[in-house]
Amino acid sequence: MWEIIVQIFPYAIAYTIPLLITALGGLFSERSGVINIGLEGLMVVGYFCTAITIRNLEAVAPGTAIQIGLLAGFAGGAVFALLHAFASINLNANQVISGTAINMMAGALTVYLARTITGSGNIQIRTGLLRRTIGGLSDIPILGGLFFTQTYATTWLVLALLILSWFVLYKTAFGLRVRACGEHPAAAASAGVNVYLMRYIGVIISGAFAGLGGGIIMVTYSGEFSGTVAGLGFLALASLIFGQWKPFGVLGSTFFFGFAITVANVSQVIPEFAVIPPIILRVFPYVVTLIALVVFSKSSQAPKAIGQPYYPGQG
Amino acid sequence: MKRLPDALLMAVSAVILGIIAGALLMTAIGSNPFEGYYHLFRGGLMNMRRIGNTVAVSTTLILTGLSVAFAFRTGLFNIGAAGQMLIGGLCATAVGLQVALPRPILLVVMVLSAFAGGALWGAVPGFLKAKFNVHEVVATIMMNWIAYWVVYYAVPAFLKGDFLETESRVLPAYASLRVPWMTNLFDGAYVNMGLFIAVAMIFLIRFMLNRMTIGYELKAVGSNRHAALYAGIHVNRNIILSMVIAGGLAGLAGATFYTGYSANIQIGVLPIQGFDGIAVALLGANNPLGVLGAALFFGLLHAGKGFMNAMTGIPPEISDTIIATIIYFTATSILIGRGLNYLARRKKKGGK
Repeated sequence: MWEIIVQIFPYAIAYTIPLLITALGGLFSERSGVINIGLEGLMVVGYFCTAITIRNLEAVAPGTAIQIGLLAGFAGGAVFALLHAFASINLNANQVISGTAINMMAGALTVYLARTITGSGNIQIRTGLLRRTIGGLSDIPILGGLFFTQTYATTWLVLALLILSWFVLYKTAFGLRVRACGEHPAAAASAGVNVYLMRYIGVIISGAFAGLGGGIIMVTYSGEFSGTVAGLGFLALASLIFGQWKPFGVLGSTFFFGFAITVANVSQVIPEFAVIPPIILRVFPYVVTLIALVVFSKSSQAPKAIGQPYYPGQG
Repeated sequence: MKRLPDALLMAVSAVILGIIAGALLMTAIGSNPFEGYYHLFRGGLMNMRRIGNTVAVSTTLILTGLSVAFAFRTGLFNIGAAGQMLIGGLCATAVGLQVALPRPILLVVMVLSAFAGGALWGAVPGFLKAKFNVHEVVATIMMNWIAYWVVYYAVPAFLKGDFLETESRVLPAYASLRVPWMTNLFDGAYVNMGLFIAVAMIFLIRFMLNRMTIGYELKAVGSNRHAALYAGIHVNRNIILSMVIAGGLAGLAGATFYTGYSANIQIGVLPIQGFDGIAVALLGANNPLGVLGAALFFGLLHAGKGFMNAMTGIPPEISDTIIATIIYFTATSILIGRGLNYLARRKKKGGK
């Protein structure tokens, strides 16, 4: 059993990381008071931008194509999120409808462009990111085998962003302002906080992180853009709720879900897992999120002003 | 009476903006937008068969649109029409393949089971909302993906096709909502008896909302939950009922799509019609007749895209992009409203 766990662990982490970074992005948006159900679409945009950038660069700049591609995903997601920010912050639009529009637009527009560029709706790249075993650390008993063998550089990048996000949200004045805008925007405004600006930053970070998440899917386990991330964005949303809008809560829930996906994927080939029907593992994240919503319904840590438009001067 | 023209004006503006966005996208890839739209609309309308296909696509959209619109009237956002439709389709397909009954009874049982499946899928978020105040948006999203995986594993396990693992067996002709006279009338199109279900539902829902006590109660809950409670309306019961009916309508959409338009159910797809239903409801101002108009329009965009692609090389996803853009513009209708106000003011000034 232990050997199997060590064997599938790198895969579990590979599935966790895009979820983690996307949910972390959603955390910034929702903590600032803007619901973002457009995470799925923003991931697709990042997925596309990364794919198309690498495809164009891998012949001319093979050494840096992947890094620039990931940066393009990050930037593409951020720019696309501006649509959501403008609608929900400036126009007081229904944030759920705006997010739905983002999801539908991203899926359609990226395939439209992909078809124009490559002829089919897909974009392939020749080489993705390589897995590396970290010398020295990988020899640590137990932990070395789990965490330091066969890892992607993006895993460490995302974990660094997680710690940075925690630090920014809880240890800086900026983080306090962002959170205040999600709890009580009028109070924040009366203390001199620019609610619009904070919410814009929150939504843009959510787009950038989700875009990076899509890009990471491209360079790690996918290798081919196909116009959809098959619900991972919604799974990130579920992780955000299950993690109760806290960075390390999100780390726990995404890892939980990432591990469940991996076990479901391999349960066909590994007899030890075949005893659990894969459907149970697949619906598990969604069911536990529903249960979490019920359990936390009295004491939910959801931002108080989430989804509410802010009007200047409101009491 | 003043509200209806406003809603209409808003809808027309959103459509125009969406069409302009589509034109810009066609131009961006070096195609001629006039040619593109000409072939898009011709592809949906140029002969009886294509008209029949447009109507068949619209049939499903009417029902998902009604589903979303009905929930909206009770103040609930049903983002789960896709999952409800999928489960409805699964139920109808399973009955059609596994149950031996005379054709008329079989079809009725199929349609009823689709309604029941969708209703069950809507009841769960409704119950969670009523009892635990769980936000229905999140709950319906979760239910969508639960439906996706249920179908993903149930179809290969119980209804496996002869050649492909990824779809169910093809329904025999006697278990299909297609009838020869309609197929012949429209020269072999996909149009089917689902159309009558959809049209009947438009009038039933309209009657229910405007003429029945239950409709009044549902709308009262939607306008002001607390006032409704104070007036002695069972708010929780109405929330559950609203989601049950909304889910049932989406389930019917599944029956018309998987056992009428198509003849089997595929795995690994969350039907886009469920999300298009949101667009249909918004554009139709949550009004049953508005839903009909919006569904026909979006049906036309979907039905004509293949022909447009063949004639001009413009990718068919342009239609989905236009629909998404229209949703975005309806969400930001306040901007359109401001624009219209501005124009009205300028006109007044000019008239002085």
